[in-house]
Amino acid sequence: MFANIYITASCTISNAVVYKNGEAVFENKSVSLSNFLISVYNHFGIKYPKFYKMDNLSKLGWLATELLLKDSLSADEYDPKTIGVVLTNASSSLDTDLKYYETTKKIASPALFVYTLPNIVIGEICIRHQIKGENAFFIFDEFNAEFIEQYVGNLINYNILQSCICGWVELLGEQYKTVLFLVEKDGDGQNYLFTKENLNKTYRFENE
Amino acid sequence: MNELISDLKTQIIAQLNLQDVKPEDIADDEPLFVEGLGLDSIDALELIVLLQQNYKIKLSKADDGPKVFRSVKTIAEYITNHQEQKI
Repeated sequence: MFANIYITASCTISNAVVYKNGEAVFENKSVSLSNFLISVYNHFGIKYPKFYKMDNLSKLGWLATELLLKDSLSADEYDPKTIGVVLTNASSSLDTDLKYYETTKKIASPALFVYTLPNIVIGEICIRHQIKGENAFFIFDEFNAEFIEQYVGNLINYNILQSCICGWVELLGEQYKTVLFLVEKDGDGQNYLFTKENLNKTYRFENE
Repeated sequence: MNELISDLKTQIIAQLNLQDVKPEDIADDEPLFVEGLGLDSIDALELIVLLQQNYKIKLSKADDGPKVFRSVKTIAEYITNHQEQKI
């Protein structure tokens, strides 16, 4: 456990509901995943034309980050080189890999090809927020709070990072779930300590 | 030519997923890259795919790309010239 590292914000998008810090802030249950993601984008008045070009995995992680950082992290608070992004999932970029494979039967789509790696979502997040710190994408069978606590905790504890966006961004077909955390050194008493128990508690929150 | 330009604008919006752009937002002579629509290198590849899929035209020389894809008008001229050569 890292005594001086805190979860200062969280964002969950799952089952057509968006949660910020555990509170439902948007819901749209009657549409497909693609339309749901666009409805989130429109609802929060985000303007970023490149959003439409992203694959669904990038849209999901990008939107969750957008809402995670809203009112939670100011751009000038940290040196961009000390903000990191560490994401995990189970299906890697398989959703887009399959769509790309279909296009190769006629004319392969360059726009899909560039999203056939899971860490592209990190690139989209970093471009948007000018983040230049350590980043990595790991694949696990399921959400691995213990790994995130150790990996991100060490990056912060050794002063490689001051802050990190981390968590789970899973998507395959119409099934999806993302739970992202903003982790910072020296939070206040209102923030949760950065522990695997608190990561799991937030991850499981919307299932309770 | 005007009909071709109009079709191209609709096809470019669909191919490049430019959901915030309407055909009337694109001027015939407006640069497509950097300025104007601000397209990037991946978009250029998608435009090559568009020519191949919709007009059965393969860009023979990669060096021609910047000239051909400068604007919707230059793409339309390239398609017209190419089709005339085929006749």
